[in-house]
Amino acid sequence: MHFIVAFFLVQFAHSAMQHTDKLPKWANFFKYARFYVLGLVAIYYIGRQPEMFTWVWNLSLLGLLWFFYKEEDFQPIRTTVQSIVPFVGVSMLSDIIELLFPKFHKSYDDIFGMAILFAWIFCFVIWFYARKQQKVLAQERRDRLRDEELAREQKQSLEYLVAERTQELTQQKEELQKAIEELKATQNQLIQSEKMASLGELTAGIAHEIQNPLNFVNNFSEVSVELCQELEEEIDKTGIDDNDKDYIKGIISDLSQNQQKITHHGKRADSIVKGMLQHSRASSGEKESVEVNALADEYMRLAYHGLRAKDKEFNAALVTDFDPTIGTVNVLPQDLGRVFLNLFTNAFYAVAEKKRKLTEAGQLGDYKPEVKISTKKFDNKLYIRVSDNGTGMPEHVKAKIFQPFFTTKPTGQGTGLGLSMSYDIITNGHGGVLEVDSLEGEKTEFRITLPIA
Amino acid sequence: MKILVVDDEEDVKSLFEQKFRREIRAGQFEFSFAFSGEEALEYMQNHPSEVVMILSDINMPGMSGIELLKRIRTDHPSAPPQVMMITAYGDAANHDQAMQLGADDFLTKPVNFNELKEKLLLL
Repeated sequence: MHFIVAFFLVQFAHSAMQHTDKLPKWANFFKYARFYVLGLVAIYYIGRQPEMFTWVWNLSLLGLLWFFYKEEDFQPIRTTVQSIVPFVGVSMLSDIIELLFPKFHKSYDDIFGMAILFAWIFCFVIWFYARKQQKVLAQERRDRLRDEELAREQKQSLEYLVAERTQELTQQKEELQKAIEELKATQNQLIQSEKMASLGELTAGIAHEIQNPLNFVNNFSEVSVELCQELEEEIDKTGIDDNDKDYIKGIISDLSQNQQKITHHGKRADSIVKGMLQHSRASSGEKESVEVNALADEYMRLAYHGLRAKDKEFNAALVTDFDPTIGTVNVLPQDLGRVFLNLFTNAFYAVAEKKRKLTEAGQLGDYKPEVKISTKKFDNKLYIRVSDNGTGMPEHVKAKIFQPFFTTKPTGQGTGLGLSMSYDIITNGHGGVLEVDSLEGEKTEFRITLPIA
Repeated sequence: MKILVVDDEEDVKSLFEQKFRREIRAGQFEFSFAFSGEEALEYMQNHPSEVVMILSDINMPGMSGIELLKRIRTDHPSAPPQVMMITAYGDAANHDQAMQLGADDFLTKPVNFNELKEKLLLL
């Protein structure tokens, strides 16, 4: 009887500990406890069931009881362990009475036996009940663990989702930022081209208004020259004293010269006005299929020889890098030609100026003036670059070069309309882009981008 | 030969008179001037069948040169004068419109007087 109680007590404690993380710590204890119980059983049977052996059992059970009470780790099973107390108590009481009052014990032997049996059954009922509860608890624990596992999985998948979303948002943010930057750039470009367009219109409007009075100035000064000539002829017919005649003729000659000066400067103003009027005519005319490479080449040579005619000393290397796949492109040939002429004239002027300045400073060295044209067709766009290794220009000049009347050339040499008109032709006439890059004292590069329909 | 010059700029008068001084003196040309389209029509009403040649500006306040041309072509079908249009806007649209309405010639400003003289002498 005691053996069964002890054995199940150890077994019960062992299984209870299995649900906690304390098992490894007590593994050895349970092993020894089992050996001890089995050892006691063996001794009991080998010793032919000695009467006093129940004492050993009872003391061992009390020891176990005390041990389970003492160790904090066994706190959960204490209540169940307590259930052996009645059994051990009744058993010991029965033994003590048997020892002290054998007669009394003998006459109530059945009652003591019954009491022990009841206590023993009570033990197992409690254990059975505790076991059931333990099973329920274990089930609950398993459920909880499963729930936790599920929650953890959900958490993980949520975290993954969040990370994914975050990445998406970051990407979107970057894309938006890029879009904003592009928008800003486009806006600036729009403002710039709008400014240029209104300036161009203004310029053309002013030109129209100026042209009429200017025509009168020119016509009247011209006719005045003719009148002076007539007057000179008429003087000869009169009988005025020769000395007076010469004096009068001198005055007439001065008058005539003055009128010629008026005509000369009037014509100058007229050519400026003509240039201004070309602004409004930039978009007139029909687009034609033209070999852009040939057009560029032609105007490059035209500009070069135009400058050579004025300055025999001048020379520059003409470098061409044409993309042969371009073929013909639909453009306004005269307008585009004007753009080329302007760009090349400026480029040749820049290299000539640099050469002149270097020569003046005595630092010519091995400077080789070079003007380069390169064309490239790519992704339905035509890229044209006109570059020179001339004087370049500072930032504040670069900012103004597309404005009408802005010129760095000496008075009388440039109208300041060439680049402004070129800008108009490329942007409004062709829907393209005209940009400039420059390094002061080093180089300048104009870039034309034309869409090919 | 009687020539009527129509232009809103009054200085045109002295310019023409000086430019064609010799021809006027020699009696080759006789110039009359009108400073608006309306004035030109009135002049023609008062001097029927006298004017051989009309030189008209196109851009004038009030009646434009084009309107004047239309009126001349409808009002004076008999003994029609020659009409030469002169304008600062030498674009194709202006030119075509003038020629379609029955202009005999078309000049752009600034007027080349030598060229004009030759053309007038040919008549």
